[in-house]
Amino acid sequence: MTRASSLLAGLLRAPGQAVHLSVKDWTEVITIARAEQLVGSLAIRLAGQKVPEAVRRRLNDARTALAHAQTQARWEVEMARRTFHGAGYPVVLLKGCAYIIAGLEAGDGRFVGDLDILLPRRQLDDAEKRLLAAGWEWVKADAYDDHYYRQWMHELPPLIHRARDRMIDVHHTILPLTHRLEPDAEAMVRDCVRRDDGIAHLNPADMICHAVAHLLADGDLAGGLRNLWDIHQLLREFRHEDPDFDKELLSRAARHGLTAYVLQADRLAAHLFGDDRPLGWRDRWFLRCILSRDGWGKKTYPITRFAFYLRAHILRMPPLMLVRHLFIKWRKG
Amino acid sequence: MARMKHQIHLRIGPIMFRIGSVWAGPVKLLNRLYQAYPRPAVAVPDFTVRLEPSSPLRRWIRPNIDIRGDFMLPEAMPLPLAHGILAAEMAMNLQMALGQRRYLLLHASMVERDGKALIMTGLSGAGKSTLSAQLGERGWRFMGDEFALIDPNTGHAHGFPRAISLKNEAVEVMQALIGASDRFGPLLTGTPKGAIRHLMPGPDAVERMDEPARPALLLFPRFGHPPAIRPIGAAEVFMRLTQSSTNYITLGEAGFRALTQLVHQVPARAIDYNDTASAIALVEQTWAELA
Repeated sequence: MTRASSLLAGLLRAPGQAVHLSVKDWTEVITIARAEQLVGSLAIRLAGQKVPEAVRRRLNDARTALAHAQTQARWEVEMARRTFHGAGYPVVLLKGCAYIIAGLEAGDGRFVGDLDILLPRRQLDDAEKRLLAAGWEWVKADAYDDHYYRQWMHELPPLIHRARDRMIDVHHTILPLTHRLEPDAEAMVRDCVRRDDGIAHLNPADMICHAVAHLLADGDLAGGLRNLWDIHQLLREFRHEDPDFDKELLSRAARHGLTAYVLQADRLAAHLFGDDRPLGWRDRWFLRCILSRDGWGKKTYPITRFAFYLRAHILRMPPLMLVRHLFIKWRKG
Repeated sequence: MARMKHQIHLRIGPIMFRIGSVWAGPVKLLNRLYQAYPRPAVAVPDFTVRLEPSSPLRRWIRPNIDIRGDFMLPEAMPLPLAHGILAAEMAMNLQMALGQRRYLLLHASMVERDGKALIMTGLSGAGKSTLSAQLGERGWRFMGDEFALIDPNTGHAHGFPRAISLKNEAVEVMQALIGASDRFGPLLTGTPKGAIRHLMPGPDAVERMDEPARPALLLFPRFGHPPAIRPIGAAEVFMRLTQSSTNYITLGEAGFRALTQLVHQVPARAIDYNDTASAIALVEQTWAELA
């Protein structure tokens, strides 16, 4: 764990620490916060704290950028709402857009790039037609990539809107179809929270399960610090609103086969942003990867990160399929 | 892993950079070209820039530089190490273009006289950079050849007087004007933009770089046409400036207010020219009439 990454996590946990930071600390913290897409969260978290003038200006810049990004995200949600108006099935927002639209604390300070939505799998053909008619276009023309997404992944190949240049990711399951775990996407859609305006998002327990699945069961922990901060914020707010939330969460996690991951995410989030709970060696290894950026925003610990890269692929696909996939990718250069 | 063993902190106008490099060469050259600039080592920079190889092997074998930093473009092409100073310049520009939120950014060159700013913008190759360098040697204060920074609160223009990036024919033109001088950097050939040579701006450009100026004239120069001054409507000025601004949209309402105010208050002309002498004459003429 680099000192600078730990400093950033420490500031998110306890903004009062701000008074102890040197100029060099601030320089490094802001660099990492930008690289991890956490500078908006940091700006929100440090509101009202006494910080050096130069830092205040950088944080103001982040707020300006954030306001723009969130307006854009809301507009993309509105565009999707119109595209699926009258479709007869719910369009469930995922990740950052969902947090913002649901008015959750995890949405404050959250930068959003793409629009992620979850649809029932049997509605994919209809969804594809609607999106293409409304001006979205395929990004990848490559036949293998297209086949790879459709055959094995949990989402359609990415689409970009030709006029607005914004990307939409259409998910139909939670993890790749080849993944050894299969969270119950049908249940997530069925039990989602539908709003009056036609937009939907996951219910609180599923929202956590989805965030955890993406952080710990899929991918190589890239952007992990931000995802873990999301999870921490979500857990805190849901537990505050419902003292029995953990019971609901665990029963939902069991249904999706994610119990171990949800417990691990809770431990990691609590260690980093909460009560400083001690961690076992395996958790510490995850933390080392999540906190691997140095004060220049560069990723360090190449061996740890490579191990997580391999782990991500092994989780995603059976070995022979993985070899075939990597071979085709390598041959294509 | 390649560490940022070499580094330099630089302030250009109101903007502070921290530049780290795996190699000594680029930082040494930056130190020479920017010797007159403030070095705010004890300040939190606006932007961090990293000059590092595109892959570990490329540190040693056919070394190349990837342009990285706080703000990055995924498809940016690496440059050979020999063009390190250009990589540093492009990396700083990129931070400004993608990350600047405090000022409305116009892709323009700028010079000042009597506290008033002349802002020149146009397509690449219109000659705005060369023109500002020329005027900087003729009694004007050079304020920048890449970006004009408009403060949305005051409407004032702040300079960004980086080392001037002379391209192709402009290199010889300026060498003829200034003569042999240690103000020139090395000649870089075969860059994506052709031949490039950097020129340190004159001493007053750096000494007075903290002085903003009131925008007084907007010019849209065009090279390769018989000399002419043409009026240009407010709506067209507005449209052209939105196109030349990298952060107009991101600034939202503040950007719109700053830009409309600029267009309403500052006279604008398009000028055509076919050589340096005609360009200077047209600038002086429009300035005398309008500024």
